[in-house]
Amino acid sequence: MPEVDASNGRNAGAVLPIRGEGLVFERGGRRLLDNIDIEIGGAGTLVVIGPNGAGKSLLVRVLAGLVVPTVGKVTWAGAAPDRRRAPRIGFVFQRPVLLRRSVLANIAYALAAAGVARSEHGRRAHAALERARLTHLAHAPARVLSGGEQQLVSIARALAMGPEILILDEPTSNLDPAATIAIEGLVGIARSEGTRVVLITHDLGQARRLADEVAFLHRGRLIERAPSAAFLARPETAEAQAFMRGEIVL
Amino acid sequence: MQDFTAAIGEALRLIATFDANLAEIVGLSLRVSIAATGSAALIGLPLGALIAIAAFRGRAFAILLVNALMGLPPVVVGLIVYLMLSNAGPLGGFGLLYSPTAMIIAQTVLITPIVAALARQTIEDLKLEYDEQLRALGVGPLRAVPTLLWDGRFSLLTACLAGFGRATAEVGAVIIVGGNINHVTRVMTTAIALETSKGDLALALGLGLILLVIAIAINALVMGLRATAVRSAYA
Repeated sequence: MPEVDASNGRNAGAVLPIRGEGLVFERGGRRLLDNIDIEIGGAGTLVVIGPNGAGKSLLVRVLAGLVVPTVGKVTWAGAAPDRRRAPRIGFVFQRPVLLRRSVLANIAYALAAAGVARSEHGRRAHAALERARLTHLAHAPARVLSGGEQQLVSIARALAMGPEILILDEPTSNLDPAATIAIEGLVGIARSEGTRVVLITHDLGQARRLADEVAFLHRGRLIERAPSAAFLARPETAEAQAFMRGEIVL
Repeated sequence: MQDFTAAIGEALRLIATFDANLAEIVGLSLRVSIAATGSAALIGLPLGALIAIAAFRGRAFAILLVNALMGLPPVVVGLIVYLMLSNAGPLGGFGLLYSPTAMIIAQTVLITPIVAALARQTIEDLKLEYDEQLRALGVGPLRAVPTLLWDGRFSLLTACLAGFGRATAEVGAVIIVGGNINHVTRVMTTAIALETSKGDLALALGLGLILLVIAIAINALVMGLRATAVRSAYA
């Protein structure tokens, strides 16, 4: 069971920096990740962009320990990934996966999985819902909520565990503007509280609104990573320039 | 035609007056089938979960076998259980042949593959949906099992009801291992077969009507469960 630091409610056992060295992932004779070296530590929001099929979702799954690379290694705070520290990485999928129970029970389940004492579940779950402005839905079956509400629950659940890093894989794709605003607001709160954020998006406007730093992937390679102001003003690589101009990048 | 009408009238009278003989047969049928369903659930649900979740050599064959066993011919099950429980069989010493326990064993053998196969499918589908999320939450395989069983509870209950339906309607196995002994091992299906052959259509029809009502009730229960699950997004 992970220990819990009572002062900030976070589980003991750091995961940052997350480092991937020489990451290669191959499937069916295709190289989907091609020798990527990456380190994610510090603070702020790293936005990962790139064309479809560039390997963005796969890369963050590998870094989160959900997929094992064909070659290369991932370390969390210098050690191999382990299940005990997994709750310190809040992972939010493009399509939220909520359990068949109430909103509150979904969050309590995650807290139990993270080793948080049962006596703390109610308080922390309600705090997470309050922060996401979902208190009124606490006892609703999670899976009858709208897509935006489900995604907010998913983020609230991840944040309830007090993660060091929040990874979001296109969390607002196919959502309406109101839901997008709510989700960006919640992500912004997490960032301001010191949670490292990694966000995959296709929405360049969202990248401009949220990014402190941008990573650009193309054909399984990390070909550019720069502070957002510099990248958004003028990317260095021809592929990133074409992508930012709205051209189709093969 | 007149005899037939009279038989239906008599059957309805037997039901309406809670005829003692009819009630005894129905009671034993339900006891045997409920016990068999409970036993099949105890074996089939964990077995289905194991096949769905565990990675082991021969898993594909295990799935094939369990699915194939869903269609087990009842008379073959009856014959195998008879051979096991007969005096010359390995379990002959227990003296269970021609007892309700023998019938429970036969029905358990018959419906366990149904429960296991449906449970395996339910849990495998849920696992596919939940797998990455549970791992992202740091949930290991051991903790995942009760989560999947709980979240699949409506579908698993439906699997058990399907087993119960098969058990109550089954005749071939229980007549071989039970012997259809009056006041001891006579259940609805075996009584219907016997009474029909004797020409006593009233009791056969009365039991047939009750069997039909049970079948309809089970299906209504399954539909109700599905509707509840869908309505509250637990499906």
